[in-house]
Amino acid sequence: MTTAHAPAGPRGTRRAGSAAKSLRKALLNLAGLLVALVTLFPVLWMISTAFKPPTEIYSLTPHPIPLHPTLANFAHVLSGSEIGTPYWNFLKNSLFVTVVSVIISSLLALLAAIALGRFRFRFRTIYLIMLLIVQMLPQQALVIALFIDFRPLNLLDSLTGLILVYAAFALPVTIWMLRNFAATVPRELEDAAAIDGAGAWTVFWRILLPLISPGLVATSVFAFIFAYNEFVFALTFIGPDTSKFTLPLFVQYFQGHGSTGTDWGAIMAASTLFTIPVLAFFLIIQRRLASGLVAGAVKG
Amino acid sequence: MVNTDKRRPGTSSSAGAASKPLPVDAPRGRVRTPGLTSRQRAAIWIRRHGIAPYLLLVPATAVIGWLVLWPAIQIGLFSFQNYGLAQISGALPTQWIGFSNYTQVLHDPEFWLSLRISLVFAVVVVPLTLIVGTLVGLLLSRLGKKMATFVSTAALLAWGTPAVSGSVIFAWLTDPDGGIVDWTLSKLPTWLGGGPHWAGFSWENSVLPAYTVLTVLLVWTSYPFVAVTVLAGLRTIPSELAEAARVDGAGPWTSFWKITYPMLKPVFLVLLLLSIIWDFGVFTQPFIITAAPGNRDEFNLGLYEYFRAFTQPAAYGVGSAVAFILTIILLVISVGYVRASVKQGVLR
Repeated sequence: MTTAHAPAGPRGTRRAGSAAKSLRKALLNLAGLLVALVTLFPVLWMISTAFKPPTEIYSLTPHPIPLHPTLANFAHVLSGSEIGTPYWNFLKNSLFVTVVSVIISSLLALLAAIALGRFRFRFRTIYLIMLLIVQMLPQQALVIALFIDFRPLNLLDSLTGLILVYAAFALPVTIWMLRNFAATVPRELEDAAAIDGAGAWTVFWRILLPLISPGLVATSVFAFIFAYNEFVFALTFIGPDTSKFTLPLFVQYFQGHGSTGTDWGAIMAASTLFTIPVLAFFLIIQRRLASGLVAGAVKG
Repeated sequence: MVNTDKRRPGTSSSAGAASKPLPVDAPRGRVRTPGLTSRQRAAIWIRRHGIAPYLLLVPATAVIGWLVLWPAIQIGLFSFQNYGLAQISGALPTQWIGFSNYTQVLHDPEFWLSLRISLVFAVVVVPLTLIVGTLVGLLLSRLGKKMATFVSTAALLAWGTPAVSGSVIFAWLTDPDGGIVDWTLSKLPTWLGGGPHWAGFSWENSVLPAYTVLTVLLVWTSYPFVAVTVLAGLRTIPSELAEAARVDGAGPWTSFWKITYPMLKPVFLVLLLLSIIWDFGVFTQPFIITAAPGNRDEFNLGLYEYFRAFTQPAAYGVGSAVAFILTIILLVISVGYVRASVKQGVLR
């Protein structure tokens, strides 16, 4: 661009250059604004629709902001008049499944990550490659075998079954991310502690764990999001009994079961109740997440 | 490398352990130090044989093996069996039936249609996602701090929106009765492709419109990951390089292809392979956008596989055959991904 030559040029060019520079800056900001608005639009439209009365939802001229905002859609999906149990039941199911599976996968991943990050042993490389490949197995394929395996174990139509599967499917990525954190703890720290007479257990509690814990936060976030959002396994395992539904099934239920056509107000209200906690959580941990995401992405 | 964290086994944990004398059948330790607890001796044995990493890996490996690896193998086994409702309930025994599930699938035009849909979808969405993501990444690197934070926050929110929510939102946006997309298109001037014929246009009832919606949806959800990764990659490029190119009179186009792209090639390769795997295997979004209305001719490979297995009469064997084909295709791409990652030095 023209700005490239500005510093070297004579006075007149420099003034023109700075004008071009501020024009360029304005254009960049405009592009940024456009990208942000287009990106935010679907989510904003979901929230706005959730607050609209039916007359406005199906109005011939849609308004971005509800003219007569109403909580009727939320009351409808919260009460559970259509699906059988109130929203809180599904929130409870989702949180229970998510929290327990995150605890299980984090504990197991912590042990495995210490093995892979702090030790050199024979099958280490093969194990790491196995983890990379296992991440790529399609869940909609494995769900057939798991469905057949879980049937005799009474793990279908049960939240325990979901917990097991979510913990297992979060593990490869969790181990992989956590291993990077475990590997960065300087060995000298361990050596110094050992010289001071600390045993394996003390080294783990006092040195490894505190230094790995930021990584543990990042991987828990990943496992949490994965379990909270998961759809395929929940869809297949959780049967006709709607009281065991997790939130994704709760949202999808309203899409298929409108009493008079599709009730978009109810769907958007359900979707808002499901989505906003995740997005709020993302905003709160934004900075930490961005660095963790980058660490995970670039390091592998 | 010798690990040091087991140097003094049991010093902190032996306090509560009962101090038993050595049993006679102790493992063939070379030095039998009397006065050690069994826990201490176990720790010494673990250290001497380098067992610790294996022990630490046991729980995770057991869970992954049971719930991920074994099912993958089972898919292969079931695909050669007549696994249906009678077999799963135990009414009839399963039988090995050779390749007949595969011949049945390969003679089904719906299979080939779904495979074609998956391929074309990946071929369209992957480059679009990479281009949009890279452009936004480059934009982010040039914006001021406040604007960059604003844009990346918006991108983060799109990325964080669950697949189910994103799908129902896009289904609503493109709904024929009251959807904002049809309304906007019907108000657009004709030279922009708009016109009153868009009013009430149904996006979900035929392949091309449905997958157009899915394309926009998938690009919307996956470009932020590309943008953030590219941005992180851009920060690793020394600024002198871009500076030198600018002094030499290189425009943004030239400097991207001569500097940025070659420097970030490994990152792009990983992003490319990951995107192929994700978009070829995408399930939740097409399930909600196309399968909820129940259009069989709009299934991609994953949906075809799922409905072959689970819709009545359930045919888990036939579904497994398709699942196995899907898995093999994804594994082949994964091998490329692993090789690219290894070249980037992820194994260290």
